[in-house]
Amino acid sequence: MVIPHPAAADPDAAIWAALAEVPDPEIPTISVVDLGVIGSVELAEDRSTLRVELMPTFIGCPATEVMRQAIGERLAALGVAERVEVELTFAEPWTSDRITAAGREQLRSSGFAPPPHLRELTTLGELPTLTTVPCPYCGSRQTTLENPFGPTLCRAIYHCAGCRQPFEAFKPI
Amino acid sequence: MTDVEPATRDAVAELLLTLADDEFVLGFWDSEWTGIAPMLEEDVATSSIAQDEIGHARAWFGLLAELTDDDPDRIAFGRPPEAYRHAALMNHPRTDWAFTVARRFLYETADAVRLEALAGSSHAGIAGLAAKMRREETYHLLHWNAWMRRLAEGGPDTRTRLNDALARLWPDAESVFSPLAGEANLLAGGILPESMANLRARWVGRIDAELASLGLVRPTDEVGPPADGRTARTDDFRWLWGEFTSVARSEPGATW
Repeated sequence: MVIPHPAAADPDAAIWAALAEVPDPEIPTISVVDLGVIGSVELAEDRSTLRVELMPTFIGCPATEVMRQAIGERLAALGVAERVEVELTFAEPWTSDRITAAGREQLRSSGFAPPPHLRELTTLGELPTLTTVPCPYCGSRQTTLENPFGPTLCRAIYHCAGCRQPFEAFKPI
Repeated sequence: MTDVEPATRDAVAELLLTLADDEFVLGFWDSEWTGIAPMLEEDVATSSIAQDEIGHARAWFGLLAELTDDDPDRIAFGRPPEAYRHAALMNHPRTDWAFTVARRFLYETADAVRLEALAGSSHAGIAGLAAKMRREETYHLLHWNAWMRRLAEGGPDTRTRLNDALARLWPDAESVFSPLAGEANLLAGGILPESMANLRARWVGRIDAELASLGLVRPTDEVGPPADGRTARTDDFRWLWGEFTSVARSEPGATW
């Protein structure tokens, strides 16, 4: 009796499970799936090629290439296709609303405030005015934006009046 | 883009090169503030903005390399100074903080106008990148507008420095909208949805409105974008070129 490899039985589920194991290189508590940077995933019917689209958070993010390689290596190890291609795409811009609910919780638990939602945004000009960010440590909403530019392109620096600590937040974009 | 006619291909290549070189050269000038900006928070902000710009240049160089079957690093670092196509605005050195703020204000406002138009480009690659960049550049524009206000309202010294910088930079700022050789071709295909002349008019309107809100006046009469706005090079730029290509030139063709 031949027991099929689990990846062969349901390749899509196996691919997404494998992707969920690839961490963001700059904030390793969140995976590339929860960060929302995975666009389309296409497995050719003859399984010759697995093509994954990667949506960079910021165009100049130096972690993008590290992510691309890590995704390629993890999917190659899965063995569902002969060839794995990971391509960057800007066809649809990544926005911070693509971070999943689980991802937002993972950010918070590791001391990064998740970004404010963009839902109420009517023009792009309002982006930097979304400053209501609860403190990831004590939950206080008495926080102030100290610098919209932080230690990486995607992070801003805040200060909490509640627990008197500085903290970082993922920038709404 | 392999199926397009050569004239269109050349026009797209020219457009991409101007977009990339503007961001690339300005990114390098501003990276000089890393470690010496007026205060710590500003050091972080300027460095972050400069990094964004180099990243944007990399993306435009990448698109150009696909089109011309070239290597983005070769285009970025392997050209002589005369082959760069940035606007004359980027020929000036870093100078003082007011000068950097004034240049940034003039450029970010121009870049916002340009990216808004390009987000509607018929070229999918250009439209996608422009749409993404607009989101990032929104933060830059707000940042430099805030600095304009600080310097305009900071007292006689900062106000004078700001005015002097604006006067010195204005003629070269126009060069962001200098006409492109292949512009007719780009307009016909909707790759560039609006003429440089139209974009320039919108830019001047926004500059005037912002300056008026600060009690400042645009320094000169309208001189218009110079024809050599993207080809004239200065010794200051040649010096910067020597800096940013020094590592690449030390080991040509090396893999880092």
